[in-house]
Amino acid sequence: MAKYHITAEINGDETEYLCEPEQTLLDVLRDELNYTGTKEGCGSGDCGACTVMMNGRHVCSCLVLGAEANGAKIETVEGMADGDNLHPLQEKFIEHAALQCGICTPGILVASKALLERNPDPTETEVRYWLAGNLCRCTGYDKIIRAVMDAASEMRGN
Amino acid sequence: MRYEAPESLDAAIALLNEESGTARVLAGGTDLIVQIRADMVDPDLVVDIKKIDEMRTISEENGGWRVGAAVTGAEMNEHAAFKAAWPGVCEGTDLIGSTQIQSRATIGGNLCNASPAADSVPAMIAAGVTLTIAGPNGRRELAVEDLNQAPGKTALEKAEIVVSFAFPARGAVASDAYLRLTPRTEMDIAVVGVGVSLELDGDGTCRAARVGLGAVAIKALLVDEAAQALIGTKVDAAAIDAMAAATSAAAKPIDDKRGTKEYRIKIAGVLAKRAAGIALERARQN
Repeated sequence: MAKYHITAEINGDETEYLCEPEQTLLDVLRDELNYTGTKEGCGSGDCGACTVMMNGRHVCSCLVLGAEANGAKIETVEGMADGDNLHPLQEKFIEHAALQCGICTPGILVASKALLERNPDPTETEVRYWLAGNLCRCTGYDKIIRAVMDAASEMRGN
Repeated sequence: MRYEAPESLDAAIALLNEESGTARVLAGGTDLIVQIRADMVDPDLVVDIKKIDEMRTISEENGGWRVGAAVTGAEMNEHAAFKAAWPGVCEGTDLIGSTQIQSRATIGGNLCNASPAADSVPAMIAAGVTLTIAGPNGRRELAVEDLNQAPGKTALEKAEIVVSFAFPARGAVASDAYLRLTPRTEMDIAVVGVGVSLELDGDGTCRAARVGLGAVAIKALLVDEAAQALIGTKVDAAAIDAMAAATSAAAKPIDDKRGTKEYRIKIAGVLAKRAAGIALERARQN
């Protein structure tokens, strides 16, 4: 079977790749394009470690076929910082020590950014429900929630 | 495996019809891609139907609504007018998985995956949804409760696709609600799910009602006896108790790790009572 020739915009760059029909977007990002910031956790859409933005919505890239991304706009954790300047969420995750092993962090950053783009002033409850699909086995979540709330506050100009 | 993403329904049906091996329709992929990765299914052909406009739209039609089968949970819940018309259907759909899953999972996929515990289905049964199905022999309509036959089994023939969901017009004093029980508040599969839709006359008499019941039988059920217990009453406590008893009586659950048979039968009635109360309150506010 021939490979599929796909063109997608990844972190602002028009990118071409070849993929097998069975390859997921996660496989393509990590194994073909070296965007290894996106992590594989469960591979079944339960843990959120592989979260990326696809056409403005956050999705589990393990449950998207690489071929489905033809013409799509994809954003990964590698696209969050502006050059050497980290995104406010990234800054706050460091400040609040909102990670230990770090495997869940890229997915949580991308999912949190998706939340703050829709809702710049979420309640703690809203943050917790929005991130219910991002599992973290280290932190107990409190530091993550505090970091997201603080980043939201800073991004609102407080 | 071959992947195709046709832009027309006719092309999608032709692809499915011409495939001699195993073919699967891909909507949001939140069930299908999991099944492929777990080697539960090994399709020769996957037909992505998300480029077909008719399957991606929500529109008003004859005083009711038509929702394309490839509309996602997030899109449905962001559509303010549809959500106001069918809040119970939207809350059922919103309970499916995480926000990431909501970005992808579709109502057509939630139905056609044919899980008895699918959260959108009891609410759509209560809503009285009619499906439009397209296939090699043209189009047909089917009541939503008649599609699924057993876990993983639908009444779809070869190369047939569920295209859209028609939600009927109804009176001004009407609403719906869906409740499910899960051990956790998020990211879990229903132990029992109940959808109730009802419509009142000007004097508060129940003119029409439907009750859908999930996760307690081989497929989600329409519980006509429960609806009959409400119709013609003022939806008082006695009527709601009779409705709850009829819902419990209709439950035919199994024991499994998520709940015992006895527990599910009892909870079916409890949720029916609470969902009817919510639907009634919403209808009276309309």
